[in-house]
Amino acid sequence: MGSSGAAQPSGSSRPLLVLAAIVAVLPLGLPNAYTYEIAILVGLNAITCVGLNLLVGYAGQISLGHAGFFGLGAYGSAILAARYGWPAAVSLPVAVAAVGALAWAIGRPILRLRGHALAMATLGFGIIVSIVLATEDRVTGGPDGMAVPPLASFISGEKTWYWLVGGALVASVWMALNLIDSPRGRALRALHGSEVAAGALGIDAAAHKLSAFVLSAVLAAAAGGLAAHYAGFITPANASFLHSIALVTMVVFGGMASTFGAVLGAAVLTTLPQLLASFKDYEMVLLGAVMMLTMIFMPRGLVPTVERALAAARRRPE
Amino acid sequence: MLLRAEDLSKRFGGVAALETVDLELERGAVHAVIGPNGAGKTTLLNLLSGIYRPDGGEIFWENESITGRAPHEFAAAGIGRTFQNLQVFFNMSALENVMAGRWLHERHGLAGSLLRLPALARAERACRDEALALLEGVGLGRWALARADSLPYGALKRLEIARALAAEPRLLLLDEPAAGLNAAETRGIDELIRRIAARGITVVLVEHNMKLVMEVSQHVVVLDYGRKLAEGAPRAVSRDRRVIEAYLGSEACST
Repeated sequence: MGSSGAAQPSGSSRPLLVLAAIVAVLPLGLPNAYTYEIAILVGLNAITCVGLNLLVGYAGQISLGHAGFFGLGAYGSAILAARYGWPAAVSLPVAVAAVGALAWAIGRPILRLRGHALAMATLGFGIIVSIVLATEDRVTGGPDGMAVPPLASFISGEKTWYWLVGGALVASVWMALNLIDSPRGRALRALHGSEVAAGALGIDAAAHKLSAFVLSAVLAAAAGGLAAHYAGFITPANASFLHSIALVTMVVFGGMASTFGAVLGAAVLTTLPQLLASFKDYEMVLLGAVMMLTMIFMPRGLVPTVERALAAARRRPE
Repeated sequence: MLLRAEDLSKRFGGVAALETVDLELERGAVHAVIGPNGAGKTTLLNLLSGIYRPDGGEIFWENESITGRAPHEFAAAGIGRTFQNLQVFFNMSALENVMAGRWLHERHGLAGSLLRLPALARAERACRDEALALLEGVGLGRWALARADSLPYGALKRLEIARALAAEPRLLLLDEPAAGLNAAETRGIDELIRRIAARGITVVLVEHNMKLVMEVSQHVVVLDYGRKLAEGAPRAVSRDRRVIEAYLGSEACST
């Protein structure tokens, strides 16, 4: 079942199987540890983007500070593990839960307001987080960063991490698709379609935007925590404004309200600066250009635009 | 009495859109609200659905005051509505629009939604069947899987009604359901309103099409400049001198 268009994810598990197959087969095309590393970074950004897409694409809210949640997840788990000696298997979920609670506390008053209040608030939040991480050097190591203990003794090496992150990505996408196709997901999409009509159906706008915000923060924190334990070393750059903008650009480029768009956007915009080494210094310029070109030439984003083109091509011969 | 409004007033800046209007909605009846443009009809519906907060007065739902509650709480109480300027969810299929209308009856936990637990999957199938039946009830069965933005105007009007019915309201507010429709489509709306009323749903109909109003309603409220001018049975109201004056001007009466 399911007609054309990104708005109709109903009932089909085929795209998820395709993603799982890609994750399963990809290692055949990864020649060395460096390419594995890029694939892992893609996976971690993709997990964050799948969550961010729930907020941006479905709840219609912009966050300009999601790297703040990514960074807090990373530092939270790192500090609990390194400074307090907690096992990472405990510190990671605790840090993620704490970030979720923080997002709830931030989002609750703000999401009652209409318009772009959340964008401004998260912008400020992200900046505060990166300043605190850089200045509280006794706890965080300051701008130089800090070492992070491994997740567990048996999880080491690029290959193991690849399967861990790949599995986490497939699970995140599966859950996001389930949510979007559930009554709660329809309520979210309804809010985006018409907030006044959604209210007339008993849908509480503030509560649903808040749950999407918290969920997206939790996924960002989980990805951040995994990133910290994988890399074994973190710096405040994880929580930087640049990273927040990169995440939003990935979602917009891939296609808002498209879970696979978010994954594809993360894949392209994480890989590109890595492959074109000379681009690394111009990452901000690259992101700005991608954002502008996307807005001008395909405001729906990559995946929805291609889907529409395919659907139109399929209809034409009849 | 299903709903009672006392002394309802709403001002926008210096303009009184509605002034001290009393309203009593008897259970199971079709109530029409008529009046010239700018009389305050849509303002009244927005107050009755909680979209506006009144500047004065109270709204009682089954003798309990619901004044000042949020729109979603009005909906939860059992008040549904459609919109004069369409408020369809254009980012979904027609079927999903109606399924979204089932929200109040389809509450599931976050964990169940993320993991698509069997109970939720079962409920979703039932929800889908009910939504399909509702779409067929308004004659939109064949459009079920089409994106809402590909539907013609007349179909969107009926889609809004199906979506509102999906919430199983006890009071349904219809804001100009026949506006912009041709004669045949208007007859379809006429019949649809009768069927809704026959199911025991109380209806408030804001409409300019007098033929439709006279045919389906049992009780008519006439608004003019934000005030209640007259009310009563359709025939009596249509002969009321003040109503004719408001519609045609006082000249028409004296000749």
